[in-house]
Amino acid sequence: MNIHEYQAKAILRKFGVPVPDGHVCYNGASAREWAKRLGEGPWVVKAQIHAGGRGKGGGVKLARTPDEVQLIARDMLGMTLRTHQTGPEGKVVHRVLIENGCNIGRELYVSLLVDRATSKVTVMASTEGGMDIEEVAAKTPEKIFMETVDPLAGLTPFQCRKLAFSLGLTGKLLTKTVKLLQSLYTTFIACDCSLLEINPLVVTKEDELLALDAKFGFDDNAMFRHLQIGDMRDFDEEDANEVEASQHDLSYISLNGNIGCLVNGAGLAMATMDIIKHYGGDPANFLDVGGGATIERVTEAFKIILSDKNVKGILVNIFGGIMKCDVIATGVIEAAKQVEIKVPLVVRLEGTNVDQGKRLLKESGLNIVAADGMADGAKKIVQAVAAAT
Amino acid sequence: MSILIDKNTRVITQGITGATGLFHAQGAREYGTSMVGGVTPGKGGTTIDGFPVFDTVTDAVAATGATASVIYVPPPFAADSIMEAVDAGIELVCCITEGIPVLDMVKVKQYLKGRNTRLVGPNCPGVITPGQCKIGIMPGYIHKPGKVGVVSRSGTLTYEAVWQLTNVGLGQSTCVGIGGDPVNGTSHIDCLRLFEEDPDTEAVIMIGEIGGNAEEEAARFVKEHMKKPVAAYIAGVTAPPGKRMGHAGAIISGGKGTATEKVAVLKECGISVAATPAEMAEALLKVYRPS
Repeated sequence: MNIHEYQAKAILRKFGVPVPDGHVCYNGASAREWAKRLGEGPWVVKAQIHAGGRGKGGGVKLARTPDEVQLIARDMLGMTLRTHQTGPEGKVVHRVLIENGCNIGRELYVSLLVDRATSKVTVMASTEGGMDIEEVAAKTPEKIFMETVDPLAGLTPFQCRKLAFSLGLTGKLLTKTVKLLQSLYTTFIACDCSLLEINPLVVTKEDELLALDAKFGFDDNAMFRHLQIGDMRDFDEEDANEVEASQHDLSYISLNGNIGCLVNGAGLAMATMDIIKHYGGDPANFLDVGGGATIERVTEAFKIILSDKNVKGILVNIFGGIMKCDVIATGVIEAAKQVEIKVPLVVRLEGTNVDQGKRLLKESGLNIVAADGMADGAKKIVQAVAAAT
Repeated sequence: MSILIDKNTRVITQGITGATGLFHAQGAREYGTSMVGGVTPGKGGTTIDGFPVFDTVTDAVAATGATASVIYVPPPFAADSIMEAVDAGIELVCCITEGIPVLDMVKVKQYLKGRNTRLVGPNCPGVITPGQCKIGIMPGYIHKPGKVGVVSRSGTLTYEAVWQLTNVGLGQSTCVGIGGDPVNGTSHIDCLRLFEEDPDTEAVIMIGEIGGNAEEEAARFVKEHMKKPVAAYIAGVTAPPGKRMGHAGAIISGGKGTATEKVAVLKECGISVAATPAEMAEALLKVYRPS
């Protein structure tokens, strides 16, 4: 799950991480009023969308007067912002953040994440703030510094000092850096983050540290203990089908192809996409119905797949473990009753209760092509879609 | 012979009074596994479908001599259940539970250090030594006793590989689902090492997924330390970038993690890589002549 920049900064502020004073606004007039309350100016007006690269797309602007804040905010609200992360369709701006400007001295980078290789939280810092960190890693890896955190000791002051010295933060700034890094670590643990990225972390000309931009990724598995964070979710920022799917505990990602997939297990779902591609087809989605899917969930999965207008055929690929084949079969039949399936449907069933599942489908009278194995299923759906289009 | 489990393994189920726990405990018992009881705090002293229930894992071990535990406890409490089993001195813990917070697993991983328990999972189908012992949720009938070891991050893809092997007449020594979570107990390399040492395993199929660099490291292990033939499949050639892997996560692993890169490394290390998930058994037969 992702949140907006203004929400991220509110969380950071709560944990004692220095961020610029600011306020989120929904129209130009309130932006003007908030600018006056926040300070003397200048101010920065920032479009709030879940995508990076906003500056280059015209989503971050400097204003010298409250009137200018109002004008910029008015123009920005409702505009479609296109950045390298939004795709060509862009994203509509529904809210803007008005923030006090600052005197930037240096721009640095800090992030925290769970590293699979060590099974621990890693803190990563770089002198190259404001840049795409992947580019820094590729071109100048010597400018990236890392510390791995022992989960029992937590992020220790000496580790913070090592990072501070690597970044050239000495004197008065040393203590401030230690405090900031430890606050970031506390935030990361307290909020069950999967990623916390401050880019840039600014050293002002007055020798203060400020988190000028912040990006959070949260562990979806831990959201049951963070209801307030869950409330920050902005459904406007997400694919409508993906939101619908997540409400039914389905893992769904929409893609650009025309063959819908309904599979159990993430690995098998990816493998199904791969084999469709191998036989010359193009998958329309990734969909994992999960291990404990019910008839209702399978029905919903079908509805979501069919709501994608590009779908010209569907491949169901189930290898039942926890998932029972008769449940899948009943779900398919139920879905066919509720929504008319006009596109070719190929079903491959194997595993727990496979005979009952196959019999149910056969007796349903539905126009279903049975497949014998994964390769057979992929070949059949690719042929059927090619014939239909 | 086999790895991790055999006919002498005595198994308890943590979360046995839940619907999932009981269903799979019954399934394992029917398969012939020595299922000796279960744990549900507060229900100690009762029985459920013939299984004695205990309040704590320590009690269960004392009464039944259990050597392995399988966990079906809901995600908010599962990490604690793993640590309880470790504390009770259980040799092998299989955690089936899906959806455990990753920071809980970071703690568990640390807790395991210096102790004698092996954790498999979480978010995995479990471990099976066909014909002897089944711990977990895999359908038993697709397996056949034999000499091929299977290790995989994905549950249903493991079934796919096993079914292909059985259909070409190749049985399995042991199949291990290590789970798809970013932080887990047992790695590909751990299993490869055990398979290499096991006199009754002659060849191995390894199944991986995009993300991280565990498969690359496993491939290097195969090249340097294994004499037995290995075949592999990597899922996710067509997966969209950025959807599963965090921005910074890709950097830590040196910009690696795509299926194409993984396949290239595997081939360099002498592993027979299946072009599609339907050709896993075929890929193994290219490098392995059954005895």
